[in-house]
Amino acid sequence: MGGAPTLQIDGLSVSFATEAGTLQALKDVSFTVPQGRITGIVGESGCGKSTLINSILGLLADNGSVTGGVIRLEGKEDLTRLGAREMRALRGERISTVFQDPMGALNPVLSVGRQMRDIQYRSNLSRREKDARSVAMLRQVRIPDPEKRLTQYPHEFSGGMKQRVAIAMALMMRPALLIADEPTTALDATLEVATIELMKDLQREIGCAVLFISHHLGVIAELCDEMIVMYAGEVVERGSVRQIFKGARHPYTQALLECDPARLHERVKHLPTIPGTLPDLKNRSAGCIFRDRCAKAGPECTTTPPDVELAPGHVARCWFAKEAAE
Amino acid sequence: MSALLSVSDLRVEFPVGGLMARLRGAATRIEGVAGVSFDIGRGETFALVGESGSGKTTLARALNGLQRVASGSIRFDGQEISTLGRAALKDVRRRMPMMFQDPVGSLSPRLDIRALLAEPFRIHGMSNRDLDAEVRRLLALVGLPADFASRYPHQLSGGQARRVGVARAIALDPELVIADEPTAGLDVSVQGEVLNLMNDLRDRLGLSMLIITHNLHVVRQIADRTAVMYLGRFVEHGQTEAIFTLPHHPYTAALLSANPEPDPDRVHDRIKLPPEVPSVLARPKGCEFHTRCPFAQADCAVLAPDARQIGSDVLTCHHPLNVPAPAGMET
Repeated sequence: MGGAPTLQIDGLSVSFATEAGTLQALKDVSFTVPQGRITGIVGESGCGKSTLINSILGLLADNGSVTGGVIRLEGKEDLTRLGAREMRALRGERISTVFQDPMGALNPVLSVGRQMRDIQYRSNLSRREKDARSVAMLRQVRIPDPEKRLTQYPHEFSGGMKQRVAIAMALMMRPALLIADEPTTALDATLEVATIELMKDLQREIGCAVLFISHHLGVIAELCDEMIVMYAGEVVERGSVRQIFKGARHPYTQALLECDPARLHERVKHLPTIPGTLPDLKNRSAGCIFRDRCAKAGPECTTTPPDVELAPGHVARCWFAKEAAE
Repeated sequence: MSALLSVSDLRVEFPVGGLMARLRGAATRIEGVAGVSFDIGRGETFALVGESGSGKTTLARALNGLQRVASGSIRFDGQEISTLGRAALKDVRRRMPMMFQDPVGSLSPRLDIRALLAEPFRIHGMSNRDLDAEVRRLLALVGLPADFASRYPHQLSGGQARRVGVARAIALDPELVIADEPTAGLDVSVQGEVLNLMNDLRDRLGLSMLIITHNLHVVRQIADRTAVMYLGRFVEHGQTEAIFTLPHHPYTAALLSANPEPDPDRVHDRIKLPPEVPSVLARPKGCEFHTRCPFAQADCAVLAPDARQIGSDVLTCHHPLNVPAPAGMET
């Protein structure tokens, strides 16, 4: 093995220019997605997950800009410095994406076969060879009778199947990195689990790294090897799935895990919540971003907390990260 | 019997195919809701679960008169409402409002929160009330600061927008609130806040609720009774706690066993289903679940099971799970 991680992000900061002033959507984000592993991202809406993905894909809105940091793909180029044309060459080829809504990813008026052929437009294969690859890929995502399926249209597939077609299309070009943005949210529990298992198998077969975004903590626990926890545009904690679920050290992570109703096996009068609201990202104050909602906050917290390494790979951005253990 | 809402053998159909299909003799209509019966009592919370496309939203829309009913009956507070005209339906909708799925998308982007909260009063000809006072009352009721009245939906977070949606739904003292995926897209902590709010309002205002969701954890926390839908029919319904403890229908059991849990060390003992969900265009013969059911036997492919009752549970299955051996059977 060895070699550079598939994705390495160092000190990434992203801002948006808005009428009301500059909004810092990501602040000093660092993490790696190792080769052949599945890394999960959790965090509430507005925590910067989408901005992070769009930064990696080079798809930030016009008013957004990377103000610092490096995004390195397979130890090579820094994606933040590539131009539009170079990024376009990467997308679909070395980085591909599966989104939440499979219907939105597929064109309703073109047959699935046509769409799968179209995404191979960079390849020199003949039409017949391209179709053969499409069939092989559909078979790999366990779609029965794939030859016949090529002639069908998206509406002839069930929701779970459409998502598998979208996954097949994303993996068609054998990307180094697959970004999956809440791909199981629209499915029922049985199909969600089937999709998770499929992604695990495919990841093993194809060997790509996966960045998996979800706010379903159970799915992350089951699917991912590593995870990062984001809050208000910062990575507050990262580590292996076991390190985080079994020994979260950042107060936000602890509170988030506490809130998951999946932990409750009987009905309670009052569900746990995190009091307070997200801070205003237009006026980030210095210091810890979570301190206004944190039960442990003290005077130290008005200065920016360090990234404390608690164990190899387990990092929490908190002044009290070490104490929490005792 | 004091059921507030009583639905019996409700069917909703959609036309499909064009002239060619009709000439070929193919099906020209599909049943989105295919014969559903249930009651919701006063003060009761009833949950509909099932995957996307199983007919949950269609059923809810039919109850509210937003979808034409093909056959069957819907009685609300004793009155048949499936045949009502527009004007009469308006009054029903005041008493049985609906909260739509997307919290921000279901609010007009061009109205501020004050206008959004005053809108129900205007629609129902109650503008003579002190609307500013009503807006303040509603904001307080759903736990939003009074100065939110001048904000617009895009300035709200998902959770705040959902609270505004709740406030609109309860504005006119309804009896039954229909909530379509009230927590979808919300994060766990915000989801908890919304569910706490809904539970609290239900107790304070004596509301009945119909909740549509595919999040089983939500169901367990909020619903007194639960129905599991598959291809437009109820495969099992009954007391939530009883179903969660001892599911009888294989689909319910599979759903419950699938539920991923936030513990990486958990060993799952799952009922695995083949992921090929049949289409309502080509419903399987016999029991409609038999094509995916790991417990199916020969009769399941031939004969559609009738509804049967086990405890508080009503289900359609020839070979239900977790059934105690019948009493009186000697070995």
